[in-house]
Amino acid sequence: MTYLAKPKFHHPAIEINDLGFTHRDYEGAISTLCAGCGHDSISSAIMRACFELSLPPHRIAKLSGIGCSSKTPTYFLGQSHGFNSVHGRMPSVLTGANLANRDLIYLGVSGDGDSASIGFGQFAHAIRRAVNMTYIVENNGVYGLTKGQFSATSDKGSKSKKGVANADSPIDMVAIALQLGATFVARSFSGDKGQLVPLIKAALEHKGAAFIDCISPCIAFNNHEGSTKSFDYVRAHNAALNSLDFLSGRAPITADYAEGAMQDVTLHDGSAIRLRKLAGDYDIHDRSAALTHLHRLADEGEIGTGLIYLDEAPSDMHARLGTATKPLNALGDRDLVPGAAALAKINASLR
Amino acid sequence: MPIESVNDFVIRFANVNGSGSASANLLFARSVMRMGVPIAPRNIFPSNIQGLPTWYEVRITEAGHLGARGGVDMMVAMNPQTWDKDVASIESGGYLFYDSSRPIPASKLREDITVIGMPLTDICNREYSDPRQRQLFKNIIYVGALAALLDIDPEEVEKLIGDQFKGKEKLIAPNFKALRMGYDYAKTHFSCPLGIRVRRADLIGDKIFVEGNAAAALGAVYGGATVCAWYPITPSTSLAEAYERYCGRLRVDPATGEKKYGIVQAEDEIAAIGMVVGAGWNGARAFTATSGPGISLMQEFLGLAYFAEIPAVIFDVQRGGPSTGMPTRTQQSDVLLCAYASHGDTKHVLLFPRGPHEAFEFGALAFDLADRLQTPIFVMLDLDTGMNQHLCAPFEWDDKRHLDRGKVMTAEELEAGKEFGRYLDVDGDGIPYRTYPGAHPSKGSFFTRGTSRDRYARYTEEGGPYQDNMERLLRKFDTAKRHVPAPVLQPAAKPTRVGVIHYGSTSFAMDEAMLLLTERGVHVDALRVRGFPFSHEVTDFIAAHEQVFVVEQNRDAQLRTLLMVECGVDPAQLTPVLHYDGTPITARFIATSIASKTIGAPTPEARKVLS
Repeated sequence: MTYLAKPKFHHPAIEINDLGFTHRDYEGAISTLCAGCGHDSISSAIMRACFELSLPPHRIAKLSGIGCSSKTPTYFLGQSHGFNSVHGRMPSVLTGANLANRDLIYLGVSGDGDSASIGFGQFAHAIRRAVNMTYIVENNGVYGLTKGQFSATSDKGSKSKKGVANADSPIDMVAIALQLGATFVARSFSGDKGQLVPLIKAALEHKGAAFIDCISPCIAFNNHEGSTKSFDYVRAHNAALNSLDFLSGRAPITADYAEGAMQDVTLHDGSAIRLRKLAGDYDIHDRSAALTHLHRLADEGEIGTGLIYLDEAPSDMHARLGTATKPLNALGDRDLVPGAAALAKINASLR
Repeated sequence: MPIESVNDFVIRFANVNGSGSASANLLFARSVMRMGVPIAPRNIFPSNIQGLPTWYEVRITEAGHLGARGGVDMMVAMNPQTWDKDVASIESGGYLFYDSSRPIPASKLREDITVIGMPLTDICNREYSDPRQRQLFKNIIYVGALAALLDIDPEEVEKLIGDQFKGKEKLIAPNFKALRMGYDYAKTHFSCPLGIRVRRADLIGDKIFVEGNAAAALGAVYGGATVCAWYPITPSTSLAEAYERYCGRLRVDPATGEKKYGIVQAEDEIAAIGMVVGAGWNGARAFTATSGPGISLMQEFLGLAYFAEIPAVIFDVQRGGPSTGMPTRTQQSDVLLCAYASHGDTKHVLLFPRGPHEAFEFGALAFDLADRLQTPIFVMLDLDTGMNQHLCAPFEWDDKRHLDRGKVMTAEELEAGKEFGRYLDVDGDGIPYRTYPGAHPSKGSFFTRGTSRDRYARYTEEGGPYQDNMERLLRKFDTAKRHVPAPVLQPAAKPTRVGVIHYGSTSFAMDEAMLLLTERGVHVDALRVRGFPFSHEVTDFIAAHEQVFVVEQNRDAQLRTLLMVECGVDPAQLTPVLHYDGTPITARFIATSIASKTIGAPTPEARKVLS
């Protein structure tokens, strides 16, 4: 963590996006997380993704629950409205917010304690309702704020800082998201910004429930030998299914695609993801094969990362409910109040 | 002596849950209403889908008394399982109507009542071969017989049947036939009419007949609610369902089919209130409908909504507690739970509608209050109001009325340089300004959290800003006194030092109790409380009376506690009158309890349960 505020001035040649914003315009307050926390890397990736997509920060609503991960929305997108709700219950608040105004971009940030334990039900139901959101779980396999208890994503047999082995089976958030019908499912690693930034960009553009499980080692309580969510362990066991670039429909990004075979995947809004296929037989459009593939990797002690599943024509909660295209919070009296004449008819029907 | 009474008696139907009797019994009730005679019906039912006993009671009341009276003048005993209890509950001189297809031993009958046996099953078995038809038409046949016995015009019943089956015309003739079968049988075999009977009157006027839950739901539509998130629970389920039904009729764009509302059946009550909070934060008018156990689950979010100052409306349809308690019985036992919901120092605004008319009015008002005060608003209904149909004045709406969105700072105001601090008390009323997310590119954003913060919504754990915020919340609560509906005073005919405070559905019985008390020479001023926090009228009323009874339907005198705590009243000045067996309080109970304590020597507290 750093206590020093960054100076306001910047280099005249600093990179500017389509909105005329610099990267600094996507920053938030100074992080109070531990120095080296993986969560700060994810915050940085979120800022980078929003900057590169030229998203207006004030059109993003960032919501979280309680815990280290849920503190992070304070540290990015300072011009966005934020909501730090109660432990594990961010998904319902986000769902309600989305119901009220479908025009904003919803970013839910949560942790493994928040989403896999206390809020497991809410996580599941927000996914199955196809709430249009980017839901990032900053997964460190440990309770940091209460100093080191196992979480529900801690692998069986992995060790706590005190050397105690976890006896319980882990919840695989990606597998759950796949089963519940998420239309964009990815896993990444906070230490792999090259993979994470395009994933976040693609998730933000996806018009349905986009879920990213981001392994994010806890530098204080889960970055030791015996942990399966430490920096060293994840780096050593990362099996990238694909690496990708995100091509915005609004502003195509040129990149060096020199290596490997490529596959362009068009997203709902016309933007595209360009995949470099590392695992030659991996098909991101096959939900059940994705589950099988992940389980096979896990059996081999590997962690599959990358874009795991994509439905290129998703529907979202509003489509399912048939709600008005105009945001509900913008409807006025004339839209909402049926008036005295309609009431007179109702009275007549009740006699 | 058989009871003789015209347009003033109680008839109770004892049925088996799931036997299809509900629509027949409602047909009977509405027939009386069509004769121009007021009714006050009530469902008494178990927490069960099929098989257990269920009762439907219709109070026929020329005087228009809407509370439960207590006692039964005529029992339609269609459930062998509850026979003994049903027969025993008939007032002396009353009437028993039963299915005499199977002989009943004389020991199972009473000599002090008039017994009318009609072989309903035999008749049905002769006429119908289909078992379901036998069951359903048996109900219509007894409605026909009752029409003859009670002098109800069968043509009124037929008109209702015609209305009921509009669009399913082929069902009309068989129902007419069954009705006439019962009517003719009774005319031929019994002395009609009985001592109790219905006489055509013109006492209904423009009144409507509607459930409290449906009324509250319609209030939510008129109050501009666009988001409903709920989880099924008795007795509030029909509120959310009615909202969806009314929205389907009133809020769907005919050109596009787009819905100007969003309803989510949440996975539990916690998620339901979470969605309401999220929608309220984002500028939509949102509500949930639940009951006591649901409120228990919502506590954490209710504290967040209070502290983070997020509008939310909660319709609490109270039932018998604690725990699962009596899910299908009525009480007013969530008053303290809601007033102080969640941990830490919290206080919430409560509204107490007394019937469907106010359920509609307060249902709509709650959304204005939630936006004005930026806080949860509880509309405190109960099962008696919510799940029963009541006669009431028609709903009213002034087309000049506008939805009051409260203090929302717009992009234009922000652009004009108006200072924005989310928790600044600019106007001195404790109510800060808010912005909707996404309002302005560079101004007006803030971070919402349940953690302590300063006036500009910046996280802080310092004592000063925390205390400053908590005191402002108290100022806001004080402001709420001016916004909640004022209490209604019903003065006694003669000056008196005795007062009664009552609220919600208790009020119907209280109105009648005042008449009973006056007959006994006891005069009381009555004050009907309609909102919390209490305004000065409530404290003034208590101060102006030597003895004040507080009538309510719970064990622990919850409103009395609230009056003691919030108004600083000496407990000795407030005498509880408590009824909490799950049945609606009756005028008889109230009058007896108050009279016994007002006249003569002090007696033990009126906790004896009467119904």
